[in-house]
Amino acid sequence: MSSWRTSSVGNKGRYGLIAVLAGLLLLSGVANLAFGAVSIPTGEVIAALLGRGEGARTAIVLYARLPRLCGCLLAGAALACAGVIIQGVLNNPLAAPNVIGVNSGAGLATALCCALAPGAVRWTPFAAFLGALAGVLLVLFIAERAGAARITLVLAGVAMSSIFSAGIDAVVTFVPDALAGYTDFRIGGVKNLSMARLAPAFWVIVIALLLALSLSNELDLLLLGRETAQSLGLPAKWLRLALLMLAAALAGAAVSFAGLLGFVGLLVPHIMRRLLGEESFPLLISSALGGALLLTVCDLASRLIFSPFELPLGVVLSLVGGPFFIWLLLRQRRGGGGL
Amino acid sequence: MIELKKLRAGYPDRPVLKGIDLVMRPGEVLAVLGPNGCGKSTLLRAAGGLLPRTGGEVLIDGVRLERLSTKQIAQKIAYLPQSRSVPSITARRMVLHGRFPYLSYPRRYSREDYEMVRSALDWVGALELADRQLTELSGGQRQKIYLAMALAQDTQTILMDEPTTYLDVSCQLEVMALARRLAEQGRAVVMVLHDLCLALRCAGRAVLLRDGRVLREGTPEELYTGGELERVMGAALGRVETGDGWRYYYR
Repeated sequence: MSSWRTSSVGNKGRYGLIAVLAGLLLLSGVANLAFGAVSIPTGEVIAALLGRGEGARTAIVLYARLPRLCGCLLAGAALACAGVIIQGVLNNPLAAPNVIGVNSGAGLATALCCALAPGAVRWTPFAAFLGALAGVLLVLFIAERAGAARITLVLAGVAMSSIFSAGIDAVVTFVPDALAGYTDFRIGGVKNLSMARLAPAFWVIVIALLLALSLSNELDLLLLGRETAQSLGLPAKWLRLALLMLAAALAGAAVSFAGLLGFVGLLVPHIMRRLLGEESFPLLISSALGGALLLTVCDLASRLIFSPFELPLGVVLSLVGGPFFIWLLLRQRRGGGGL
Repeated sequence: MIELKKLRAGYPDRPVLKGIDLVMRPGEVLAVLGPNGCGKSTLLRAAGGLLPRTGGEVLIDGVRLERLSTKQIAQKIAYLPQSRSVPSITARRMVLHGRFPYLSYPRRYSREDYEMVRSALDWVGALELADRQLTELSGGQRQKIYLAMALAQDTQTILMDEPTTYLDVSCQLEVMALARRLAEQGRAVVMVLHDLCLALRCAGRAVLLRDGRVLREGTPEELYTGGELERVMGAALGRVETGDGWRYYYR
């Protein structure tokens, strides 16, 4: 019997933690709108949001910071939940969307879409979904054929990520204008977004999240292993596929506007699993909140650390996420557990 | 009742089961015995519809297996694998998964489901473990929770693949006692067992497999006296009579 889990709390503590996360997210959201190269009082931020503001500060809130905040919320929630689903379905805690090539598959499809149809911005989330789906299906194929040893899966994912990244490089080499701000895309970030650009991804992410929540019982059963799930009446083969398609939709939609952000899909589910256990419904909700919180905090930090200059969000995320994840691993190892 | 007729299963290049005829009767503990690789686990998986057959048929209460949906099969047969992932969920939640085959819209477990979970935990003597994390439980305690899950699944047949492996002797006996009580409730309990002495002591009937075929089937007494068991398993067995039936031992 195998286990890669640690501790969790009871129902009361679980929903208390979710409430705390929601509160922190609200605070960080407000701070995200108020602070940056220009500080804007909270009253003015609220007035701008209610449509009662005017002038340059209102414009900053509505057209620069609000889309950016929405981008953080959407990308954070989507990538974290994609991580929960992929890790659950493949029963592998290392199988985050950026690790196993799902993000870079989406990135390649986004680059191809932008190169071949530069005007079709609204279609990029769907192209990214197809790219992410290709990545996830390849992972599933390898998992089925190679016995899905954890390290095999991760190594295969690393190889696929390299192939997809080479594809992105090739597209950008031949069509240099395919990805405006190519470096930003590779690093990942939420600069220069507009609400109109976010709209298609918003619908994809909201629908995929609702479907994932409605399938949380099924995801719980898959955690018991494919045979047990099937013996409990779950058509495991199709459910695995359906859930991985949802993960692809989530990761693809996020990559289509936020680029190749790493760590969210790995770090957030891992922390939430330690805090809340593995029951999928609260895990998905807490990961959505946690992912959104992580990105809003990192985005705020990226604007404030060297203000008025800005660090790319992906850089801050890696600087925060990398060491924290290593600390978690070491702490877990000292505690006698392990991935 | 489950009937296996000329059941064949395995892999295209390596057939494992080569025509098994067997009946799994309600009210009976049936032990499946045999050397490693003879097809014991494959037999359980194929009987439970978890492994495609390559020939023959499986009848569940007279209905061919392939005519039933996955959920309908899960309402007839519970299967406890030899090993499984152990998620960080409470024992209560684990047992609640046994009610999944009965889950319908609006896709929420009912008060009756929770009541069945409580009585299943009580029945196996694990009510006090309900709110403990599965990851914190010992092997024996986990096995009780899995049995409670099978009980909550409320099926007529329960298939168990080596349920006593890795357990200490007292836990093994406890699991076997629970299996017998399940059979006394009118369920068919089919267990793959490696411990011949435990199997002969606790099962009502036993079947000995060799190379994907049934070599001998009968009561423990018949298997012991027949001589095939010792020959196939390469173990010399002895027994003593006690006030509570025969006790078998390795000589």
